[in-house]
Amino acid sequence: MLRVQRVMGSETEFGLSQPGNPRANPMRDSARVVDAYAGPRGLRSSQNFWDFATESPLADARGFFMNIADADSSQLTHIPQDDVEAQYLANVVTENGARYYVDHAHPEYSSPEVLTPRDVVTFDRAGDLVALASVRALEMSGEPVNLYKNNTDSKGSSYGTHENYLVDRGVDFDDIAAGLIPFFVSRQVLCGSGRVGIGREGELAGYQISSRADFFEAEVGLETTLRRPIVNTRDEPHADPAKYRRLHIIIGDATMAEPATFVRFGSTSLVLGLIEAGLAPRIGLADALASLQTVSHDLSLSAQLPLTDGSTMTALEIQETYYAACIAHADPEDADTAEVLAEWRRFLDGLADDPRSLADSIDWVAKWVLLEHYRSREGIDWDHPKLALIDVQYHDVRPEKGLFHKLERAGRIRRMTTDAEVEAAVTGAPDGTRAFLRSVAVNQLGEDLVAASWDSLVLNAGDFGIVRLPMREPLKGTRQLLAERVAGIESAEALLQALGVDRLTVKND
Amino acid sequence: MSSQEQFQRDRTSGGGDAPVDPPEAVQGQINTQNVDSILDEIDGVLESNAEEFVKNFVQKGGQ
Repeated sequence: MLRVQRVMGSETEFGLSQPGNPRANPMRDSARVVDAYAGPRGLRSSQNFWDFATESPLADARGFFMNIADADSSQLTHIPQDDVEAQYLANVVTENGARYYVDHAHPEYSSPEVLTPRDVVTFDRAGDLVALASVRALEMSGEPVNLYKNNTDSKGSSYGTHENYLVDRGVDFDDIAAGLIPFFVSRQVLCGSGRVGIGREGELAGYQISSRADFFEAEVGLETTLRRPIVNTRDEPHADPAKYRRLHIIIGDATMAEPATFVRFGSTSLVLGLIEAGLAPRIGLADALASLQTVSHDLSLSAQLPLTDGSTMTALEIQETYYAACIAHADPEDADTAEVLAEWRRFLDGLADDPRSLADSIDWVAKWVLLEHYRSREGIDWDHPKLALIDVQYHDVRPEKGLFHKLERAGRIRRMTTDAEVEAAVTGAPDGTRAFLRSVAVNQLGEDLVAASWDSLVLNAGDFGIVRLPMREPLKGTRQLLAERVAGIESAEALLQALGVDRLTVKND
Repeated sequence: MSSQEQFQRDRTSGGGDAPVDPPEAVQGQINTQNVDSILDEIDGVLESNAEEFVKNFVQKGGQ
């Protein structure tokens, strides 16, 4: 029986701008953004604080390693950058177990690992509050920085919103790719964030469903910053590699509307369950890349996508096929699963009936309806700068400036969380994963925590020296397992004792 | 064994075959009236020089 629970997480690279200073160095400003959050909270921020020892960004899920000489420098995320700008790089593990750091030329929030789509929504949104806190902290500086939860400047650059899903290592990667490609080509109708302009640089006037579709050039591949693939093959499980694969999904848009985030992760987790069980629909798109862009550019949702057998399907028909397979095998007793299926159903019905009925749930529709009101009121065309401004400002993280936030506060966008839940998620770890142990280390160990990563803690354990504590099981180190044992602990030695580590010996060799 | 089974947690049942009703927060009243009022509010917060703002919003590529 399929259930939606799975170890998952979201990553958001924020767009940034220094008002009035378009020539500001984005790497320096990204570091200022991260440090502005970390400083007042007493969180340490430095390149050295992230434990890179377990990272392997050049490992390919198809079973080989990319030669380092063939890699673009932007792929070498495991090596502290040695260029002049490296001094500005910042790396923070936040109180909730997330990572907040500089990725290329953007500040990035990577949520802690969670188990349910509802928790993805809450902890993804907690990242928006982290970003907002950075903006507030810099408002009083001489060089304020604004942040945008979006994916493109429509001048040729795109930056990512990534999803991570833990999957069974036993599943053949080719089956994962074959099962996911038609799903991702059509998924954008559920959770695209919309974009003014067609083409990488917005060469053609108009509006499209996805922010990212025009930036993809391959079906399957390792790269994330160039030749972007629909299915990314980075094989860096951040967990026991014999048991787990971390699927690193780079094709999604940054969603602001909570129902869209919920359906984005929930439907994908269920489809991965289908693939793991060998139950995924077999749909062969004749040209997946062309279809990806066709779907994004087709606001009527009626484009016929050519299949390898000579027939055609629309994006909604492909989605209906996946939905039918999921509901046929889903556990009806599981509340999280039932909620995802109900929202997915509501989206498919609304999109088929009149997409505008989902202006309260899906960002591309909410933004489209807003832009159309402006177009008709002011009699302007799609190439008018005011519409491009609205496209960007929709994603401003400040509630007093961000148009999404204005719509949501006015009751025009459905909300699943409360302010209190999201605020609690800024400082508290989620239930059910090792993020709890990471959070305990950050909040309680002070200087005894030397470094951290997704699957390790490096501790200064006094007489025992520096100890790397592996966390290769994402479902261990949870609140449920550890809360009582680690309460009140303030040193690495005490933490190791509480975890039952009693065989440490000192070696003087 | 699938990952779902490994990751399963004890949850209270959603109740038989029927989809679970979305909680109240999701069912919240959606105001679709008064389009003009929201446009007026948004007019008040839009950056004043659209052309300048859009020209200056230049990002370096990321992942």
